[in-house]
Amino acid sequence: MHLLELIVPPGFLANGPVHTALIVGAGAAVVSAIVGVFTVMRGQSFAGHALADVSSAGGSAAFLLGLNPLLGFLGVAALAAGGMEWADVRDARERDLVTGVMLGVGLGLTALLLYLGTIRGSTSGAAIAILFGSMFTIPASLIPLALTVAGVALVAIAAIYRPLLLSSLSADLAQAQGARVRRMGLVHALALALAVSLAAMTVGAILSTALLIGPAAAALRFADRPGRALGWAVAIGWAATWGGILLAYDSFYWTPGHGWPVSFFIVVLIFIGYLLAGLAGRRPARQGLERPA
Amino acid sequence: MFTGFMSNTWIVATLVGVVAGMVGFFVVLRRAAFAAHVLPLGAFPGAAAASVLGVSELAGIGVFCGLGVLGISQLQRWDRREVATALWLAVALALGTLFLSMTSEYSQGVYALLFGEVLGVSSHALAPVAVSSAVAIGMTALLFRPLLLDSLSPELAEAAGAPSRRLELAFLTVLALATAMTLPVVGALMVFSLMVGPASAARLLTDRPRVALALTIGLALATVWGSIALSYLTDWPVGFFIGALAALSYAGGRMRAARQAR
Repeated sequence: MHLLELIVPPGFLANGPVHTALIVGAGAAVVSAIVGVFTVMRGQSFAGHALADVSSAGGSAAFLLGLNPLLGFLGVAALAAGGMEWADVRDARERDLVTGVMLGVGLGLTALLLYLGTIRGSTSGAAIAILFGSMFTIPASLIPLALTVAGVALVAIAAIYRPLLLSSLSADLAQAQGARVRRMGLVHALALALAVSLAAMTVGAILSTALLIGPAAAALRFADRPGRALGWAVAIGWAATWGGILLAYDSFYWTPGHGWPVSFFIVVLIFIGYLLAGLAGRRPARQGLERPA
Repeated sequence: MFTGFMSNTWIVATLVGVVAGMVGFFVVLRRAAFAAHVLPLGAFPGAAAASVLGVSELAGIGVFCGLGVLGISQLQRWDRREVATALWLAVALALGTLFLSMTSEYSQGVYALLFGEVLGVSSHALAPVAVSSAVAIGMTALLFRPLLLDSLSPELAEAAGAPSRRLELAFLTVLALATAMTLPVVGALMVFSLMVGPASAARLLTDRPRVALALTIGLALATVWGSIALSYLTDWPVGFFIGALAALSYAGGRMRAARQAR
């Protein structure tokens, strides 16, 4: 009993902000893990990260205008995802560059909006909150919207699960089978936008990549079937998120006066999962270095 | 605009433009935009750590750049290139949030480190920047042929005694060096815009590597100079102008290429 109290301190489950963090965090982790498996398989990790960073421009705009931050993240991420798919660049290098240039513009806008925010007299802590997240300050009123976003993303993925999987493994094969590869790409990009903006709200724009890529990469290291990879990715992401929240809450007792950031613990747990996955799975040694075309 | 403390700014900006242009040329050639984004962003926790420990900011950035090169190349043995890059980013930034939570008076510093503060370059910051840019330019010049060969035909490079694993490590090292010097000036988030924008535009305008390299450096210089001037006049952050000008040059390159194709 005492040991249990040491790990789960009294009051943890009764605490309002913790409650909200647990619910929204779980939603973000599950959606990110599932979308992330497809993102890693499609080789679009950079695009996933870029979307998160660009969406921070929306977060800053919402902050400046006093709107709901999730809507800000969401709107800009969806716009960017649609734009990237619309440009429909087939050549992998050109795609990389378009992503990069777009990322630069998005970050520049973020810089400008944050700057305008600070000269308007608001706190300069906004930069940190938007970029690094602040899980314990999410208002409880955000829960319905967050869960709706998560649900929509999951339904979209579930509706096209098989063709999406096929087109992620081999676009040519999917095309030959009559799948609409472009439409698959668009749906994936929009689901990615939803997942990323939800994660950006919780762990912050620049750390949402950890929730997206980490669990998926860990699961794909040892799972031998896509279905299992999805299951493992969800398990790892969810466990890391709740574990991170618990540890961050505990840390208030380790160093009196200030706690350690939630995002830090979440990423550490995900990375430990990734390393363990490498030990567990003896996937045939991969060619580590992919040729730059 | 050209007097007093601003003269340091122009000197540093010129060095930054040349180095970012040279390195950016290879970033685009090797399809390493993600690495070019992650190394600076992953080095910024170094500055936060340095402020916690009370040591020089440049030392912290340098150490984390080195860690980034080692981390990415180690993870690349286990996983795909872009997954390895993403994972390193996550780990580095997690450490960054931890260090940031330990210092209380740092949030203004964070903004400057992420988005750049070209307008406040002090005189004693000049020497390290000059030295590291000389090293970066020298290394790029040395690696020019093998890197070019490796990007065009890895087999030929291998036969010429330059295995791609070692070249990748050398390339990441140059990238890290360029990052460490440019980061305090243009900011962790904007370094990479400066590397990717001009080079990707130049690539669309010419097929000849040497001409493209010269064009890249020219465009990079124009981007930095223009951004600083605009930032000085409007008081808006430099990063915004760098992102916008880099995108403009890329869009210009695309349009010209499209017109030529017709």
